[in-house]
Order: sequence, then structure tokens, then C-alpha cells
Amino acid sequence: MKILVAIKQVIDHHVAIQVKLDNTGVETNNVKMSINPFDEIALEAAIRLQESGIASEVIVVSIGEKPIQTTLRSALAMGADRALLIQTDVETQPLAVAKLLQAVVAQENPQLVLLGKQAIDDDSHQTGQMLAALLNWGQGTNASQIILKDDEVQVTREIDTGLEIISLSLPAVITTDLRLNNPRYIKLPNIMKAKKKPLTILAAEELDVDITPRLQTCKVELPLRRKTGIKVENINELITKLQTEAKVI
Amino acid sequence: MSVLVIAEHNHQTVNSATLSAITAAKQLGIVNVLVIGYHCEEVALSLAKVEGVEQVLVIDNHIYQHFLAETLADTIVPLTSHYTHILAAASSFGKNIMPRIAALLDVVQVSDVIAIESTDTFKRPIYAGNAIATLCTTDKIKVLTIRETAFEPAMMAKGNLAPIHTIQTTLTEKTNQLSRFIEQQLCDSERPELNNASVVVAGGRGMQTKENFQLLYALADQLGGAVGATRAAVDAGFAPNDQQIGQTGKIIAPRLYIGVGISGAIQHLAGIMDSKVIVAINKDENAPILEVADYSLVADWQEVLPDLLNRLKMGN
Ligand SMILES: Cc1cc2nc3c(=O)[nH]c(=O)nc-3n(C[C@H](O)[C@H](O)[C@H](O)COP(=O)(O)OP(=O)(O)OC[C@H]3O[C@@H](n4cnc5c(N)ncnc54)[C@H](O)[C@@H]3O)c2cc1C
Ligand SMILES: Nc1ncnc2c1ncn2[C@@H]1O[C@H](COP(=O)(O)O)[C@@H](O)[C@H]1O
Repeated sequence: MKILVAIKQVIDHHVAIQVKLDNTGVETNNVKMSINPFDEIALEAAIRLQESGIASEVIVVSIGEKPIQTTLRSALAMGADRALLIQTDVETQPLAVAKLLQAVVAQENPQLVLLGKQAIDDDSHQTGQMLAALLNWGQGTNASQIILKDDEVQVTREIDTGLEIISLSLPAVITTDLRLNNPRYIKLPNIMKAKKKPLTILAAEELDVDITPRLQTCKVELPLRRKTGIKVENINELITKLQTEAKVI
Repeated sequence: MSVLVIAEHNHQTVNSATLSAITAAKQLGIVNVLVIGYHCEEVALSLAKVEGVEQVLVIDNHIYQHFLAETLADTIVPLTSHYTHILAAASSFGKNIMPRIAALLDVVQVSDVIAIESTDTFKRPIYAGNAIATLCTTDKIKVLTIRETAFEPAMMAKGNLAPIHTIQTTLTEKTNQLSRFIEQQLCDSERPELNNASVVVAGGRGMQTKENFQLLYALADQLGGAVGATRAAVDAGFAPNDQQIGQTGKIIAPRLYIGVGISGAIQHLAGIMDSKVIVAINKDENAPILEVADYSLVADWQEVLPDLLNRLKMGN
């Protein structure tokens, strides 16, 4: 079976982000970009399913600007068979991304679509569920375990109160949580091999989907800063401060 | 403006996050609350008593026992036409079902709302809370998830009893062929829940073992609080996944947060910045958590934590 993995390129999670002085957004020029960590986990899950003989092909897809190709090449080096870039300069928002992915699914007919549970830039936590709705497929969000059984997939989900296990009919959409796996490191020879793997670029317009952003960003600002705290020397002082100054115990 | 709040509950009691969503909803318009569950009369009754709730709608059927997203979305979508806003808490429940509802309505969703500027403009954190975005949408129905810690829970109103309307579901057991519930493994605990505990004692990788976490439980019990953890501590097996605090875990805002053996990565800080008082105990004076702490103690926890516990036990 074919697996489609949706990959977003985001500011690397080690970078301390800078809010632009004109409050229009966050600085992305000359900032290190990487694959969204949850999508890397999704890709690792797909590759493992291929290694265990369950999946026949792993296709990665990303939506956005041209430089994302670099991230798609890393995904190929990790082990994906081919990559698809849906190119657009329009800001990608979850509903529009879900619609474009729906169009890709119609072309590729995967049995499973894997996404990250959230993109660590917008922290929206929406795209997978939206895609599942548009396709009328079952959804397994925040997966920490995926087991394929015949025409079903069993998903263990991380929920607020613990774990939940559900079973989905295939085809299905699954979003990944941190504890699903630890993604592998890319080996040097694989980077060379990845250069030869197919990477197709498609203009978003060709998919005939309305992707006009429906959410306008009026302002992006810094959060309120906490006031500077103090160092205490020992437990005595800590207890006194908490009792008499902060009055919290 | 009329607002529909999707209640979160376990068929018996309402989750406090729903009460915060009701507070947010009151800022938008007239509030109706929808309770979908199985034998959930108690939930409907308690929500009818909440201040600001004009009407409670109830759909009670065994097909809702496990709150499957596919079943809930198909039930909720046909009910939305009278409403300008659909709200739920940004909990694992709300995050799971609301985008599915939004997509079926062909409208965008605004996740994790922390402030309502007007009926179409909302604030939400992005980049793990390192920036706050103000967003607006002209979509016909606004679908929002509400961050619990940003809105006080709505209170019980004296004497208020909003009308409760029961709606029959048109769905049957066979409607949802997409998903099936198998089991739940709940970490039930005598302690207060992490999301709304007034005191949280959290541990990181610096706690070194699961056994050492017992000290944090003892401290939490002494203070009537809950225990949380970093991703590193959860991954190392010191604590279960539902105790993870941060960008991808739970967002908390207790009166007192005590972080022990935690470095203070931005992904962790994302979950604690609304705490009233932050205490950090770390042996490294350069640990980033010390920069956001109100009170920091640079020390090895092994040397200070037992003492702290004893002093609290003795009432100092
Ligand atoms: C996509 C993504 C999402 C993430 N989401 C989250 C999230 O939601 N929540 C989260 O917490 N993390 C999250 N992380 C992980 C995060 O980046 C950090 O790796 C993690 O928070 C570190 O945990 P820690 O502070 O326990 O461990 P460390 O960074 O290893 O820190 C351990 C600390 O313990 C101190 N210490 C050691 N021994 C002692 C002692 N005896 N006494 C006192 N102090 C001691 C050390 O000085 C050190 O500061 C995420 C990461 C990614 C990439
Ligand atoms: N522009 C994009 N291109 C490809 N995949 C995306 C894009 N945006 C979001 N996704 C996928 O959707 C997931 C959830 O994103 P979000 O709903 O924005 O938090 C991500 O982890 C990706 O798997």
C-alpha cells in the first residue's frame, strides 16, 4: 500500500524566534529551517512500515515556496521514495493545506496519510482532522502507536487523561505524537542517493483549489514578559518568601 | 450573535475547561451549550445552572459513549446553522473534533484562543507562545478552541436553571463505518488534575529515576497539588504521558509551580508561563528556567528537597 506523508518546513526548533519590529510577523530571513519535528516522526513511521513490508511506497508532499525542496530532499534521504512540492507563495493555512492534500490524495490514492499532530510554527493542530473530514475518512490523532491489521489500522492516541485505542478502516488519516518513534539520522550515502530520487514540482493553481487565506493576521507581538525574579540562598528563605511575599503556601 | 459551546464531560461530570469556554462564549453573544453523551442527564443539569447559559441541548444515545470524532462531527454539523460561533476547549477532546467540524462547514478554525477582541478578531499564541498573533476571519461561522488558562471558569448562577432541550439523533450505530473504539487506559489519580490544580510540582530529566519522582508526589500531596513533567522525563519513563507540560503537552496556570531538575527549554516554558509564581530548583546556575522563575534556588535537589518536604510537613 501507498503512504502519503505531509511535511511542513518550519523554523528549526532550536532557533530563538524574533518578532518583526513592525509587528507583521516573525523573522524568517536567514533563519535555519527544518522539517517540522512531528512530520519527521510521521515519515519515520512510514519508512518503518515500508521496511516491514507493509507499505509499498512512501511519498512525501509539502506545500509552500520553492526553497522547501531542500527539506524534501532530506526527506528523500531519510528514506521516502519520491517527493511532491505543491508550490505557492500564498501563506499556507490548515484548511487550504487540507484541500490541496485532498487533491493530491485523489491523484495518488494512498491507503494511509500521515501528518504531524501540529506544526510548531502556527501550533494549529488542525490539518489532519480537516483532511480526514474532507475525504470522509477516519482519523487517528496524536498517535503514539500504529498497528496495521488487514484492512484496519489500530491507533493508540495520547489524550489528556491517558491513552485511547481506536481502530480505523482503511484508508485513514493519522497524526503523530512525539512518542511514536525516534526518527533516524540521515546517512551520508543516502544524501547522494536522494539526489536521484524523483521530486516533482506542481503549481498549486494546477490543483484547482481555492487557497485564498481566510484568516488575516492583523498583528504579531511579543508576549508579556514576566517580571524578573530573585535568587534565594536556601530552603528557609524559599519558604519564607512563598509564605510572606508571594503568599502562595 | 449566538454561540454554541460543545461540552466536554465523562457522561457524569463537566470538565472545567468547558466552563472556561463558556466564559469566552459570553463575550461573544447568547450562549447555548450542547451536551452529547450517553446517560448524561447530570451533565446537562449542571450546565443548566451555569451563569450565562441560555439553553442546554442534549443528545443522549449509546453511540456517543466513546466520543468518536467522526460520529460527533456528523452529529454537530447539522445543528450549527443558527449559530455565529462554535466553541470548545482546546483540550485533546476539542482539538480532535473541532477541525473536523470546521472543515465540514468549509470554515477556518482559530485554535487556542487566549483573548476575544471582537466577534471576528481573536488572539492566540504561536511559536510555542513566543509570539502572540491577532487574527480575524470573515467566515460565516467562527470555529474556535479556547485555552482554558486564559479564561476564568464560569460560575454556578444562583437559582438559574436554563431550559434543557433534548434532541433525537438521526445517526445509528451503523452510520460510522470509519472508526471503532477499542479501549482506554486512564491514569486515574486521587490527586487534582494537572490542568486546574492550584499547585503543580514538576520534574525533569534531572530527577534521574522514576523512584525519585516519588519525592515530587510527596511534595505535591503536602501542597494539595498535581505532579507534572517535561518531555524528557516522560520519554525516560519517569512519568506518564498525560503529565507532560508544554507546547505539545498541557498548558497550566497554577498559583504555584515548582520545577525541579528542569532546564527550561522553550517548549516546556510554553506550558507554564501563566503560572502566578514560578519556583525553580536547579543545580546549574545558567539553566534558562532560572530566568523566568520568581524564586530560584541553585542547588542539587537531593540536598534540598527532603528538607523542604520535612519543613512543610512540620508546618515549618
Ligand atoms: C517538537 C518538540 C516539542 C517539544 N515539546 C515539549 C513539551 O511539550 N514539553 C517539554 O517539557 N519539552 C518538550 N520538548 C523537549 C524540550 O525541547 C526539552 O528537550 C525538554 O523540555 C528538556 O527536559 P528537561 O528540562 O527535563 O531535561 P534537560 O534539558 O536535560 O535538563 C535537566 C536539568 O536538570 C538539572 N539537574 C540535573 N541534575 C540535577 C540535580 N541533582 N539537582 C538539580 N538539578 C539537576 C540540569 O542542570 C538540567 O538543567 C519538545 C521538543 C520538541 C523538538
Ligand atoms: N504547508 C504544509 N505542507 C505540508 N504539510 C503541512 C503543511 N502545513 C501543515 N502540514 C501538515 O499538517 C500538520 C499539522 O499542521 P497544523 O494543523 O498547521 O498544526 C503538520 O505537522 C504537517 O504534517
